[in-house]
Amino acid sequence: MSNREKILSAVRANQPELTALPEIGSLKSLADKANLLTQFTTVATNIGAKVFEVKSLAEVKTIIQNKFGAEKRVVSTIAELSDIADTKEYLGDLPVELADVELAILQSDLAVAENGAVWITEEQMGQRVLPFITQHLAVLVNTKNIVATMHDAYSSISITTQGFGAFVAGPSKTADIEQSLVIGAHGPRSMSLFLFNED
Amino acid sequence: MTVGLFIPCYIDQFYPGTAIATLQLLEKLGVTVVYPPKQTCCGQPMANSGYEHLTTGCNELFIDNFSDFDYIVSPSGSCILHIKDHLHSEGRENEAVQIRHKVYELTEFLTDILKVEQLDAAFPHKVGLHQSCHGQRGLKLSQMTELVAAPFSKPLQLLNMVKGLELIPLSRQDECCGFGGTFCVAEEAVSVKMGVDRVADHLEHGAEFITGADMSCLMHMEGILKRQGSRVKVLHIAEILNSSAQ
Amino acid sequence: MSTTSTKDHAELAGQFNADEKRVDWHDETLWWIRQKRDKAVNQLPEWELLRETASKIKEHGLSNLSNYLEEFEANAQANGITVHWAADAKEHNEIVHGIIKKHGVNRMVKSKSMLTEECHLNEYLTENGIEVVDSDLGERIVQLAKEPPSHIVLPCIHKKKEEIGDLFHEHLGTPAGVSDPQVLTETARQHLREVFLTRKIALTGVNFAVAETGEFVVCTNEGNADMGAHLSEVHIASMGIEKIIPKREHLGVFLRLLTRSATGQPITTYSSHYKKPRPGQEMHIVIVDNGRSVQLGRKDFRNSLKCIRCGACMNTCPVYRRSGGHSYHNAVSGPIGSILAPNLDMEKYADLPFASTLCGSCSNVCPVKIDIHDQLYKWRQVIVKAGYTTKAKTAGMKMMQWTLSSPGIYHAAGKAGRMVMKYAPFAVNNALNPWYKQRDMPKPPVESFDDWYKKNRGNK
Repeated sequence: MSNREKILSAVRANQPELTALPEIGSLKSLADKANLLTQFTTVATNIGAKVFEVKSLAEVKTIIQNKFGAEKRVVSTIAELSDIADTKEYLGDLPVELADVELAILQSDLAVAENGAVWITEEQMGQRVLPFITQHLAVLVNTKNIVATMHDAYSSISITTQGFGAFVAGPSKTADIEQSLVIGAHGPRSMSLFLFNED
Repeated sequence: MTVGLFIPCYIDQFYPGTAIATLQLLEKLGVTVVYPPKQTCCGQPMANSGYEHLTTGCNELFIDNFSDFDYIVSPSGSCILHIKDHLHSEGRENEAVQIRHKVYELTEFLTDILKVEQLDAAFPHKVGLHQSCHGQRGLKLSQMTELVAAPFSKPLQLLNMVKGLELIPLSRQDECCGFGGTFCVAEEAVSVKMGVDRVADHLEHGAEFITGADMSCLMHMEGILKRQGSRVKVLHIAEILNSSAQ
Repeated sequence: MSTTSTKDHAELAGQFNADEKRVDWHDETLWWIRQKRDKAVNQLPEWELLRETASKIKEHGLSNLSNYLEEFEANAQANGITVHWAADAKEHNEIVHGIIKKHGVNRMVKSKSMLTEECHLNEYLTENGIEVVDSDLGERIVQLAKEPPSHIVLPCIHKKKEEIGDLFHEHLGTPAGVSDPQVLTETARQHLREVFLTRKIALTGVNFAVAETGEFVVCTNEGNADMGAHLSEVHIASMGIEKIIPKREHLGVFLRLLTRSATGQPITTYSSHYKKPRPGQEMHIVIVDNGRSVQLGRKDFRNSLKCIRCGACMNTCPVYRRSGGHSYHNAVSGPIGSILAPNLDMEKYADLPFASTLCGSCSNVCPVKIDIHDQLYKWRQVIVKAGYTTKAKTAGMKMMQWTLSSPGIYHAAGKAGRMVMKYAPFAVNNALNPWYKQRDMPKPPVESFDDWYKKNRGNK
């Protein structure tokens, strides 16, 4: 008998009688759906992200140019940012060749008010390693895409498409040394969220 | 209503004052109380040590002594929890089940069955309330800080009826004192440290007395207080509720 | 208590308590995390329903585990992932080693996986000439110190920053005496970045595996799992069979619970959903049993398999906080470790279910409502019946049984100077009674309640 069969038959023999799967609809309806934008902004700020409410891409560019010097490597998956970022060439790089990226500017179509996380798909990352290896991360979010809870979030993510996707909530952090919070563990040292409102 | 008074072994032997106060308090509240003389122990010391199979004698004795009463009341949350959870009998399981449903720890009996709303008691002292785990988390005498749920406390409800009593706040409302039955000797170092820390919380907040619904926890804390040479005393809640207003 | 020669929990906890200031520091640090957890969960009025739902989902998952495992395997394979099955730790380690050997490399980077701790993968690979670098900061620290993690979420919670500074000075070249967490973390970042960029193979753990989609989710705050996995050519993910959840929507329930319970954060920084390998990358999943199917068959203990490894039971446990994770001498420490370990080796871990006051706080904080303290009680019965206890303890208990089963003997013993105390809970069978070491006994009263009652109410 193969390992697989050995394990599966042991599980089959020992698992208890089938129980019912609970419904999770009521959890969805219990959530606080008021003031999603304020909720999201507050929580995201609490977990270390910087939130900017912007009216246009031009405003995003200004903030970025003021924050990050022009000499550092900036990449983006957003075509309209090609004047301030590499939006094409980095796609052909090996993942390790992204080690010197200073800033990555990505888009997310789903943000979660209860925990300040944004959902970023593989397509929106350009390269999977990008949102992790970059020194700083910026994400553009349309405020109409803010949902209340993780239940709502999973309702709106397609289960068929992505090969990889991640909820990202603030800059990377650790408190492994005496519970002292340090921002910038292995991933980005900062996370900027640019919130815009567009129907 | 006739109540069978169950006095755990260590209260009988070491804290008769707690037992007397329990008896007198119940009588004051108009209850007929009978103390069956042939009682010994609920069997918990053995069961919690992994020897539940040796508790048959204790169980049978408990059924002999208490099956005839309307209620069984005891000033020990821990012993009551053990009876509620583990009293069984091969020959008399029906009686065992009935007993499991009519045993009450003293404070819950006062609030839930007698529905006491006032007491003629006075205790003009600063008092810290120790929430014994078996009473609190086991019998749900008070809300537990781990849960997202509305607060309540049966012992506190009663202490609030005592004139002059000033309840002191605690940094950790419902942390275990470290008694834990045989744990107190098998894990001596941790048990003592837990007790020292629990006592310190009460002392830092100015307690003159530490009270609670479980004498075993109080005995453990008393042992530490005495060794520290502290003048702070432990007193079972029955003795405070039974203290006369003068 | 244990019949083996290894030190038991009480002895190791005694050593830990030799330095009281350190115990206070350890206790307060973990209590602070418990308070952060309280603050976070109290923001969700539906918290208790969330716990109940999670518990029921896991219960259902366990009741249909064989089908879900097959469903997961089929979907993962369709996604291009290679699935391996390991019956025990040895097979797991051999499978991982086999993959490494196939690629002709001799080093690997690893993110946190308690399963690999349970399997002692690092030791195995090291013996076979493979260098493993742990990339979670806390795990890297204990790895440099040649110690196991003392906590499943906070691996080096037992270490002071000065001790970590010394380790970094010795191994990573920081100046002597530097202990600022900011500086030490930055040093580790630079050191590990070099590792991430140069390792062909990365191993990660798995927090949740979704049967419906064949994907697995890995949660970290540091981003180390993703750095390792996305920079590697080969990604190996090790998971226990109990990590399976039926549907993707169930992730919503578990991700809401996990980090609020663990650290009080609303979610981990990264919740990464791995479904398919990156083009050109190899992805392997090793599904490990290692005693879990046996535990599944233990009616009283199968609920322990619901565990999502948040560590909340450790943070709240008054014994854990004052004895340290290493006193549990098992990969998973604390209350949950104490109900998991005896399933793996009842004799070796016979002491663990006794390392508790049964206060019940663990069961109350558990996000999947495992009845931890009830299981501790039940393990005690199983362990005693299986004979993993000392003869002296059994003799003491039998003496107590004899005394307490007979009112006559009990009262006679009591009258003879409260002799019952000799057999009472706090003085079982100890020639030198440990009660007295740091505590006084109550002063025996002139008469017992029984005596008083006979005198005062005897005529009634």
